Amino acid sequence: MAKKKFEEAVAQLEAIVEDLESGDLPLDKAMKRFEEGVKLSKICSDTLDEAETRVRILTGETDEGLQDAPFTEADQRGTE
Amino acid sequence: MTERKEIYSVSSLTREIKGVLENRFPYVWIYGEISNLRIPSSGHCYFTLKDRNAQISGVLFRGQAARLKFRLEDGQTVTGLGRVSLYEPRGTYQIIFEYMEPKGAGALQLAFEQLKQKLAAEGLFDAAIKKPLPPFPRRIALVTSPTGAVVHDMLTVFRLRYPNAELLVVPVRVQGDQARFDILAALSGLNRHMAADLIILARGGGSLEDLAPFNSEEVARAIHQSVLPVISAVGHETDYTIADFTADMRAPTPTAAASLAVPDKRRIKEDLAVLTARLRLCLDRRLADGRQRLDAASRRLVDPKKKIYDHRLRVDELTQRMARAIRRELSDRLTAQNWRRDRLTKASPLVSVTAGRRDVQGLSKRMGLAMNGRLTRNRDTLKRLEQNLSALSPQLVLDRGYSIVRDSRSGEVITRAAQVEIGSSLDVVLADGSLKAVVERKDDGKEEI
Repeated sequence: MAKKKFEEAVAQLEAIVEDLESGDLPLDKAMKRFEEGVKLSKICSDTLDEAETRVRILTGETDEGLQDAPFTEADQRGTE
Repeated sequence: MTERKEIYSVSSLTREIKGVLENRFPYVWIYGEISNLRIPSSGHCYFTLKDRNAQISGVLFRGQAARLKFRLEDGQTVTGLGRVSLYEPRGTYQIIFEYMEPKGAGALQLAFEQLKQKLAAEGLFDAAIKKPLPPFPRRIALVTSPTGAVVHDMLTVFRLRYPNAELLVVPVRVQGDQARFDILAALSGLNRHMAADLIILARGGGSLEDLAPFNSEEVARAIHQSVLPVISAVGHETDYTIADFTADMRAPTPTAAASLAVPDKRRIKEDLAVLTARLRLCLDRRLADGRQRLDAASRRLVDPKKKIYDHRLRVDELTQRMARAIRRELSDRLTAQNWRRDRLTKASPLVSVTAGRRDVQGLSKRMGLAMNGRLTRNRDTLKRLEQNLSALSPQLVLDRGYSIVRDSRSGEVITRAAQVEIGSSLDVVLADGSLKAVVERKDDGKEEI
């Protein structure tokens, strides 16, 4: 499965739960939705666990866009 | 000579002075120290505002007093906005305050208030134009000084709370005359390239002068024009800047801004867990329903498998019972067999032959004895019977004179007269012969013999 945006995944999960809670789905569809939901829940959970904050510092601007570089201890100490 | 153009009455002069004063000073900002504060039951505040060389009376009516965020106290230095008013009956003037705030802030404070009023009037602070913050920002720009505690503390919060957001530190000067232009450039650059989905404008605490860039009109307008939502986090909790009013959200401190900007990973995980639990619950309920219906249906449906099962059980049971029965039968038979063998052994012909032989011998002996006895006895009896017999012999009777009369025809012995008729022929047997006679007469009377 392609990597989904976290908030999309959460929104989808919520939609599935509401679908299921409405109780209108036939059982086989409900099972399918459930499996989807469990998968999404895992994706979301994994995403949260895997992430490590990436910090960059803006270094300049060109016509293509902003340029950045990893934000280091040295940046934080500064030169002042 | 001075022409006495006009002689004022007390009232008219007072009225004129009142007009001059009130028109000349319709609204003034003034700062000084409060003394002689009195608050009677009316709730209005009366006090003297003074500095080293002068003093002036002041009033803050109850309604305005209630709107203040602080309480007036003697000795407090305040800055206030009010109008000069002359109270004619007493000929005194005072300042009727509309608004007061603590700390003497002087010109900066005034500038602040004026800018604030101006921007508010333009609608820059309207709640309606505040942009919502993204619930799960992916890239957050931190417009702040890259050095120092502020950025460090914010990064720590982000790492702990929600490591999923990528952070872009946009280095700017945060104090001094040029700071406002740095901030302006940063905000417009980020917007030009849509380089983040949320901007946090942050600075640590400082004096009103230190915070001046964040109270500048340039920064306020840059925030206002930003398409990307902006959180301002300037100074301490008690510091309010123009940037705070303009931003889409004000955070009391930079670390608080970090917390406001991103959800708490633990909370999301909890929410996820709740969602997942709800998901399972739903399905469980559905499955339970289905199962119940299925059970109900199955109860009505006789499951052939179950029947086979039942049969199998029955067969098993029967087999076992059979085996048991056979075993019991065999053992019974064995017992019987043993018993019979015993009996047979006891009833062996050898035994009976021997016994028989013994019996035969005994019996023969007894028979011999018995026979001898009986023979002897019989012989005796015979002798006696012979004697008896000879005593009874008709010959003897005949010898003694009796005769035997028989009917000649029937051979019947005649013992009674009635047996014969007159004329019948009779045979009369005597001791030594017989006679043939004919009946001449019958007498049935008792004739003496």
